[in-house]
Amino acid sequence: MRNNRLVWRDLDWVMISIYLLMMFFGWLNIYSAVYNPDNHALFNFSLRYGKQMIWIGAAIIIALGILLIDPKFFNQFAYLIYGIHLLSLVFVLLFGKEVAGSKSWFQIGSLAIQPAEFVKYATALALAHYLSQLDVKVNNIKTTIIAGIIILIPAALILLQNDTGSALVYVSFIFVLYRRGLSGNIFVIGFVFVFLAILALLLQSIAQKLILLGILFLILSVLYYFMRRNISNALKLLAVFVVLSGFVFSVDYAFSKLQAHQQVRIKVLLNMEQDLHGAGYNVYQSKIAIGSGGFKGKGYLQGTQTKFKFVPEQSTDFIFCTVGEEWGFLGSAAVIILFVFLLIRIIQVAERQRSTFAQIYGYGVASILFFHFTINIGMVLGLIPVIGIPLPFFSYGGSSLWAFTILLFIFIRQDAERMKLL
Amino acid sequence: MRKDKYANRKYIVYGFFVFVGIIFLIRIFYLQLYSDEYAFAAENNTLRNVVIYPPRGLVYDRKGKLIVYNEAVFDLMIIPGQAKSIDKIAMSNLLQIDTTEYNKRFAKARKYSSRKASIFEKQLSKKKTAFLQEKLFKFPGFFVQARTLRKYPYANAAHLLGFVGEVNQRDLKKDKFYVAGDYIGKSGIEKFYEKSLRGQKGVQKLMVDVYNREKGAFHNGKFDVEAVNGKSLHTGLDIQLQAYGEKLMQNKIGAIVAIEPSTGEIIAMVSSPSYDPNLLVGRVRSKNYTRLLRNPLKPLISRAVISSYPPGSTFKLAQALIAEQEGVLFPSTHYVCHDGFTYKGLHVGCHHHKPSIDLEESIEISCNAYFCNVYRSIIDNPKFSSAEMGFRQWRKYIMNMGFGRKFGIDLPYEGKGNIPTPEYYDKYYHRGHWNAITTISLAIGQGEILETPLQLANQAAFIANEGFYYTPHIVAMVGDSGLRNAKFAEKHYVGIDKKYFRPVINGMERVVENGTAKLAQIDSVIVCGKTGTAQNPHGKNHSVFIAFAPRENPQIAIAVFVENSGYGGTWAAPIASLMIERHLKGHIPQKRKWLEKRMLEGNLIPKNEK
Ligand SMILES: [Zn+2]
Repeated sequence: MRNNRLVWRDLDWVMISIYLLMMFFGWLNIYSAVYNPDNHALFNFSLRYGKQMIWIGAAIIIALGILLIDPKFFNQFAYLIYGIHLLSLVFVLLFGKEVAGSKSWFQIGSLAIQPAEFVKYATALALAHYLSQLDVKVNNIKTTIIAGIIILIPAALILLQNDTGSALVYVSFIFVLYRRGLSGNIFVIGFVFVFLAILALLLQSIAQKLILLGILFLILSVLYYFMRRNISNALKLLAVFVVLSGFVFSVDYAFSKLQAHQQVRIKVLLNMEQDLHGAGYNVYQSKIAIGSGGFKGKGYLQGTQTKFKFVPEQSTDFIFCTVGEEWGFLGSAAVIILFVFLLIRIIQVAERQRSTFAQIYGYGVASILFFHFTINIGMVLGLIPVIGIPLPFFSYGGSSLWAFTILLFIFIRQDAERMKLL
Repeated sequence: MRKDKYANRKYIVYGFFVFVGIIFLIRIFYLQLYSDEYAFAAENNTLRNVVIYPPRGLVYDRKGKLIVYNEAVFDLMIIPGQAKSIDKIAMSNLLQIDTTEYNKRFAKARKYSSRKASIFEKQLSKKKTAFLQEKLFKFPGFFVQARTLRKYPYANAAHLLGFVGEVNQRDLKKDKFYVAGDYIGKSGIEKFYEKSLRGQKGVQKLMVDVYNREKGAFHNGKFDVEAVNGKSLHTGLDIQLQAYGEKLMQNKIGAIVAIEPSTGEIIAMVSSPSYDPNLLVGRVRSKNYTRLLRNPLKPLISRAVISSYPPGSTFKLAQALIAEQEGVLFPSTHYVCHDGFTYKGLHVGCHHHKPSIDLEESIEISCNAYFCNVYRSIIDNPKFSSAEMGFRQWRKYIMNMGFGRKFGIDLPYEGKGNIPTPEYYDKYYHRGHWNAITTISLAIGQGEILETPLQLANQAAFIANEGFYYTPHIVAMVGDSGLRNAKFAEKHYVGIDKKYFRPVINGMERVVENGTAKLAQIDSVIVCGKTGTAQNPHGKNHSVFIAFAPRENPQIAIAVFVENSGYGGTWAAPIASLMIERHLKGHIPQKRKWLEKRMLEGNLIPKNEK
């Protein structure tokens, strides 16, 4: 029998449990980050932990609401949902409120909403809808370009809001495309370009850059030696060399076009510059806070570094550093493992789908969460430049929590339906 | 489902997840378990952020004399969270307070924050500071912080300079720069230039052990932020002329504003009664402030820029210029005056003089009838369809001259004066039922019209410049860059052609030469001036005088207001001329000492206000 009634038994309780656990643990840490021994009341709704409590309550209601919707709705109306969210991005550009240089907020009464957060799930839906059509395969140029457009339109609009972090998230959809047939070389190429960009930045003088190109030429020559030595291959490798040389010399120019604070963040990471009062300070303090946690941590509410407000953005982007300081290696390792486990679980569940749409959407969910996890914790641990995006389910903030909830629960809802599809 | 030839790619994706997870685990292992660099940084030691207060910017006068500087004082600070197990009695004895007071102060600091420093005792003397500092190791949580207080070597220009006081709740909310106990400019240029004067606070991060002993800089001062000194202000003020002006105005209520026409710089600006700015510094501030606030003569009010008075006959100069520009008045225009202006039962009085006079004569003898006619000719100009149109045109000129609006002087408060609008008369008389005659008192600067002394002085300045002025301002240069403040470098044209100024200036010269202000004559300097009398319904009229000198290449334009002093010629004109002479020659010659004496000794404060 096929009907659309939700069967609670069919829900993936593993994902739901991890979701609830993360939100709860996140809240505990926000409470600690904001905690002020001079003034603490559990239900102070003017403070961040009080507000986050409200956001969590609302998130759970949203999750229940999604579970009650007919799962086919999301597939059928994927483009419509996508379109509406794109419009919200245009509106926020026109009428939004500017906060700290990014025009990315809608102020509705006392509630501030960041539309960019919600566009991620809409893009995942649209992409899944497109790629799940029967004749679509991501191994021809046309499909790749259309999929690329679906991904890049929201990214471009978000970039216009001056919110580089949120725009970068869309890079993560590469995993979805890869799973649907995009050549794996994309990762190799991506790696080569990032690696060359870093080298080009580190090698400041022209002479050094020329040496780099010399080495590059040598590598390609060796490659040629092992390939079939004919004109065609020689020309291909020569073209690669020309492109890479051009890239090496244009990195500095592109870098100079970045905003000043972004330049500093990258230089700090590459140890080219010390900026101990700005971005460098945050990262350094964050490392001290985590480092001082030791094996077992200082204990809940006992962190000294975080209490001194040494780490800015403690409850939003740097929430992981409270975990590190107060819960030590055990706590931080647990969070990392929990995230990896959730990601693997999402892929497992995606792979068991019979509906291609649900499977692709699941990959979208995993990709977005993976990207946030990598960038956020990488930043807090001083491994990548400071890019301000939240840690899913942990960081303070209504918009991001709700958006991740919607993202995940649409997938959970699709999955609950898998038995009914024949 | 179709066979999926890419199904194995999921393992690559798992690989990415696990790879990043392992990198992160290695990283936290390194940070938390392997390297002790980071753990050590936070171990046991508490950090104390010692705020380095930069010295507030200095203020100089136009001759480079220092008129505001700083003096170091020390505050005893407390961090309540660290001040546990303190010998309260010993501390109370050191500070010469009782333990109840100690507990009160402690509770107050605790209420503000247990982790942030608050002031426990303000402005310790140097001796006490030295004494305390030796004992402080016994009192964890207490430390001494240096700050500066303002000092005014000349006890003048209080209204202009303004004063500095502790931030209030509103300041704290508005600007995150401040913390409780910080100082902020509260009035005058101290307030207006607050952001330049305050500089940038520095922070020194010190490691402190549990015994309140400083263990040196945190990470060799790598994280310290150096304080940036406040910027100096170079004013156009001549502090000695200012002091002289204040002396001339002692025991009088009123204002003097002197402007350098070629720059718009204010050379002197007196509001009387005044007070010694040193009264509003430090521990005595609040007591003195209350006392000044309660004084019925209101010494805290900056009359020169805020108070407004009817300009009286000085306003006739503006009328003449507008009429000339509109083509309804010529130097040769004659009007007849028989002890005043009479029209259909309305009468504006005038003193007795020869009946038929021209423009220059009319200014010299300040004939009311002449200017009633001039005003009528502007408003009732046949080129306008109605009196309202004429009035609007007139008002446009007046506003252009800087009346009825703020200049944007570099002071936090500025009065607008008042120039009535057509709408105002519509409300009073109904639309179309008013005309030049109904508003005739405007012709001679009486009635609804009000001007600030600053606007009056500016009138003298734009006449001296024959058609333009620079926004009047106190500070010529912020910082020591040598660059003048560009905001004040712009010429504002008043909309009157240069050629129309000649007869008006001729008239002004005659006012001093043999007209209503002979007491304003100065040897070998041509002074051009105009007296005025502002009607005061509450008592004796206020006297007004505006002037500039010398006639060629004017150095100073001035307005003097003396309340309750009768005619402009008797008090305001001599005071203005003494200021001019002092500015141009640097001294008052023997010949005029008698006049100076009379002005200094004059007491014009109404009996009932003493
Ligand atoms: Zn007359």
